[in-house]
Amino acid sequence: MKVLWVLYSTFFKIGAFTFGGGYAMLPLLQREMVSRKWTTDEEILDYYALGQSVPGIIAINTATFIGYKIKKIPGAVAATAGMVTPSLLIIMTIAAFFMKFRDIPVVGSAFSGITAAVVALIVSSVIKMAKKSVRGWYGIILAILAFCISAFLDISPIWIILGAAAAGIAINRAGVRNK
Amino acid sequence: MIFLKLMITFFKIGLFSYGGGLSMLPLLQDEIVTKHGWLTAQQFIDMIAISESTPGPIGINMATFVGFKTAGVLGSVLASVSVCMPSLIIVIILAHYFMKFHENTIVKSAFSGLRPAVTGLIAAAGFEVAKVALVDIQKFVDTGKLVDLLDLKMILLFAAMLFAILKWNRHPIVYIAVAAVIGVIFKF
Repeated sequence: MKVLWVLYSTFFKIGAFTFGGGYAMLPLLQREMVSRKWTTDEEILDYYALGQSVPGIIAINTATFIGYKIKKIPGAVAATAGMVTPSLLIIMTIAAFFMKFRDIPVVGSAFSGITAAVVALIVSSVIKMAKKSVRGWYGIILAILAFCISAFLDISPIWIILGAAAAGIAINRAGVRNK
Repeated sequence: MIFLKLMITFFKIGLFSYGGGLSMLPLLQDEIVTKHGWLTAQQFIDMIAISESTPGPIGINMATFVGFKTAGVLGSVLASVSVCMPSLIIVIILAHYFMKFHENTIVKSAFSGLRPAVTGLIAAAGFEVAKVALVDIQKFVDTGKLVDLLDLKMILLFAAMLFAILKWNRHPIVYIAVAAVIGVIFKF
């Protein structure tokens, strides 16, 4: 029981203090896990790499993974629940009050400004991702195809994602055969 | 049955999102705004801003918010649990049977296709957001002038923000706060 509580509270802390998720949680995770001798530094990077190759939220995947390694299924559930609780509490509080404040003119102006920043944040994240993961002619073609299909046709991103995974496998198979 | 709808929708979002960060955006937008109309386009943008300025992953924050708005506290708990459920199931199975999953050749080649496509999908989600944020169709309809189609004030602020983000790599909350102050001062 005690281990489950420690897992829950550790991931609660990580969930409450990592803004933006993803890589932001890595240093805190490392400190909490390694200092308890639950894992080593290399293992954490392994978990993190695995968290990225599984669907869903990377922070949740990593939490589930570490929880499972330490205390099987109850551990996985405790770690994941700990990770989710802070968001639940914070966003529910905001949701309960936000709608009332949103109609105040000053808040409206603030959020109009914020909207411009949100577009800029998305564009910058696309630029960063494109630099990192759009490689070679077929990467460029896949990225442009995905953009066009999603932006101009009424097709769910799910089909595009499944299609892209299949394309990646097919292209690599063909590449292997050519060598 | 709103609870069931929330659960199925967020399970789907959890199952088909790859890559962390904003990679959940395209699916969230498609399901929440386009298909179910649980949030308006502007509310969706507001929530991106709130998610980027509060702790926690954007997927959980959106699930909590949409769940709360459509079905109260129970709705937000169910939506959040549902978005995590695919991860929980898949990761537990992998942790048990197949630790070296990410080194598998098929997984690697699938990701070589997924990564660029997800980049394109996020760009498309950004395009949708930009249409709402930077284009003022109402004013264009009122005046009939093509110049009025673009919201110049917003485009200027967008360009300044993008320049700042690419130049100084600070936390998103910094840019959101600055944009909010500019919005209030210049009465956006």
